[in-house]
Amino acid sequence: MRHIFKGLMTATALASMVATAAHADEPKKGGTLVTVLGSNVRNLNSAVQSGIVTGFPGAQLFASPLRYDENWDPQPYLAETWETSEDGLTVTLNLVKNAKFHDGTPLTSEDVAFSVEVIKANHPFKSMFAPVESVETPDAHTAVLKLSKPHPALMLAMSGQLMSIIPKHIYGDGEITDVKAHPRNNENVVGSGPFKLVEFKNGEHVILERFDDFFIDGRPYLDKIVMRIITDPAARAIAYENGELHMGAFESLPRIINRLKGVDSLTVTPDGYGAIGPLDWLAMNTTKGPLADVRVRKAIAYAVDKNFIHKALMQGTAADSTTGIHPDSPFYAAQDGYDLDLEKSAALLDEAGYPVKDGSRMSLTIDFGWPGVKPQVEYVKAALKKVDIDVEVVSSADFPTWAKKMGTGDFDMSWDTVFNWGDPVIGVHRTYDSSNIQKGVWSNTQGYSNARVDELMAMAAVETDDAKRKELYAEFQAIIADELPVYHTNTLPYHTVYNTEKVGNPPIGIWGTSTPIDMTYLK
Amino acid sequence: MNFLQTLIVRVAYAIILLLAVLVLNFSMMHLAPGDVADTIAQANGGADAEVLAAIRAEYGLDQPFLVQLGRYIGNVLQGNLGYSFYYREPVAELILQRIPATLLLVFSAQILALLIGVLLGVISAQKPNGLTSHFVTFIALFGYSAPVFWTGILLLIGFSLQFQWFPVAGMRDVTIEGGFWVKSWDVLVHLILPMITLASVFLALYSRLTRATMLEQLRTDYVRTAYAKGMPHRTVVYQHALKNALSPVITLAGLQFSAVISGAVLVEAVFSWPGLGTLAFTSILARDTPTILGILFFSALVVIIGNLLTDLAQKLVDPRIGGKG
Repeated sequence: MRHIFKGLMTATALASMVATAAHADEPKKGGTLVTVLGSNVRNLNSAVQSGIVTGFPGAQLFASPLRYDENWDPQPYLAETWETSEDGLTVTLNLVKNAKFHDGTPLTSEDVAFSVEVIKANHPFKSMFAPVESVETPDAHTAVLKLSKPHPALMLAMSGQLMSIIPKHIYGDGEITDVKAHPRNNENVVGSGPFKLVEFKNGEHVILERFDDFFIDGRPYLDKIVMRIITDPAARAIAYENGELHMGAFESLPRIINRLKGVDSLTVTPDGYGAIGPLDWLAMNTTKGPLADVRVRKAIAYAVDKNFIHKALMQGTAADSTTGIHPDSPFYAAQDGYDLDLEKSAALLDEAGYPVKDGSRMSLTIDFGWPGVKPQVEYVKAALKKVDIDVEVVSSADFPTWAKKMGTGDFDMSWDTVFNWGDPVIGVHRTYDSSNIQKGVWSNTQGYSNARVDELMAMAAVETDDAKRKELYAEFQAIIADELPVYHTNTLPYHTVYNTEKVGNPPIGIWGTSTPIDMTYLK
Repeated sequence: MNFLQTLIVRVAYAIILLLAVLVLNFSMMHLAPGDVADTIAQANGGADAEVLAAIRAEYGLDQPFLVQLGRYIGNVLQGNLGYSFYYREPVAELILQRIPATLLLVFSAQILALLIGVLLGVISAQKPNGLTSHFVTFIALFGYSAPVFWTGILLLIGFSLQFQWFPVAGMRDVTIEGGFWVKSWDVLVHLILPMITLASVFLALYSRLTRATMLEQLRTDYVRTAYAKGMPHRTVVYQHALKNALSPVITLAGLQFSAVISGAVLVEAVFSWPGLGTLAFTSILARDTPTILGILFFSALVVIIGNLLTDLAQKLVDPRIGGKG
């Protein structure tokens, strides 16, 4: 095992050397990377808290069994090897033998079993580990996950920030049963990741320093990471430009992205967010009114010009998206879009029984939950006017107000942004599954129900053959694009910004910065 | 009514007022659709229905309104401001951590606005229709009318980007190592832009008021007498007239204190200044009821204590004030 691991490590080392050779740079040790978080951190313990803000510090503090390269291939991390049984019901993880927590305690299979239990009980994504019935620990470095049914989504769920292995001797100390409320979630946090916590000041910064006993020899390269908390995107942009920040991720404002692209010292890239999978779309409530008719939904798609959204609103920063799966995902099957066609749109509306009366076919409302997407909803209003649909824009005072409306089906149309979170089972199914209708924000808020879609998702969830899974998801995507519970328009243009002369090997895999940056270095 | 009686009555009023602040704000927060479970889901990138339900049950958000209100008020009466739903930290601790940064910003901005405002007022009062006076009025009104977040960004573009003199955000550069003086200097450098931004709003008030009271003083008999004695212009203006002109300005500065705290919210947001304003801003967005109420409670307390002290001090200094208590 050890040899396999070493071999793999050499291979990855070689790969990273080849990659860096292009920059004519050798990874250098030392230095303090100054980077940024775009909002306040609620909790540093990524076993109980999801989200991209916790993901960055969380993935440095805690290690997970696997990590993924930019080609969506799993790589060893805490698990040096792993295997799934023929029937898909047993997944065995062979852990590295030299992993230690930051307090010096060795990491064992007991910690893996404990972490799965904590994540199952507390993590907001129940589908990740729902089929895991138990974790057996035949010896200190073998963890065997017993599943109630095959669960291919487990692979991605064991990487990034989704399966943080937390120490049982700290979080399972018996006195505090609710790990969500554990005081060690924010101070004196102990994990086995490449960096350990120095200081977390809410609203100010998270400071991490190199963990010298990290289980991968010679890593991490950086001595220290300072994550400043700067919530204002304009202020962040100035800080990248004047060199105060070396690197940052998850920048999504088109205007700022394009401005930073014009700065010589910076590299601005949309690569590396495939597994985060953020999608923008026009949601349509299929349960009531004219939108219950698929012809009306199609008519709306034909009247809304995607080209305009991409060129004028997203200013060329976003990628096209035509299904509920992110275009970077191996499961993505592009569908023919609804190119602008006002005549077809009008014909569909006539056919559906909505002729023009007194200059109007129908009145609809469109909601939005945050100020950034107001241009999109205003555009939809203007676009639908051309096919004689009156649209009223409904502003919500804040996010919870909008979330409440969406979660209870109190809307006609809305702009929405939803993340894939790795495998489709985790972040895609929730939007289309008829058993998840209107159960809070980002459930199947559209009230969409199609027996074949449910069946396809159920089959894909347990299909262990990758090629067959792809076929199932291809059919699923074709139906979604045809029935349009949501009209997919574009990806949310997350970009990573880094100082080209200072930062070597920035994290550009599939998880954004929700991944260990033990290979990132300062030039 | 004697001094002690006045004190007791005032304290009783203060407690009733504080309770009213809490009950009213709690009710208003409750009326808004949606709750903190939604913002927790947002921070998580989504959450399953059962997770949302568990959050609501944990924080008692599924209970009837009166039960929630009763529990909260009960806790406050026992001196417990509760735990932040969002951060899971004691509210009192969250607020105490943030107070020093806000006080530093607010006090320094207030002092800067006072100094420059008074100076500008005095200058423009000497030639009320001159070019300088018009210029001062323009500057003051510009600062007063421009939204602070705009002024802030403008200063950032000018002095953090074009001229890289000042840092963009935060209160300190944690990568700097050094002793007390090095760190103090670092805080000072971070303070300058937010301080100027916040001061720009209040500059107008002070310069206009100083100008008006100075104009009044310069027309009085004692000023004419001083000139007649052959006293130099400078001495008359700065040592005689200004002294008398200042007292209403100082009263105004005292009254403005609470307004400065509310004005700090936006400035703190732009400059990521780790103060109470940023906390208030993020807590409101997160619907973190205990934290918002804690901040309101604290702010009300500050204002009440301030007023109480002013009243009592006035009564001590001048027994004619508030003869009936």
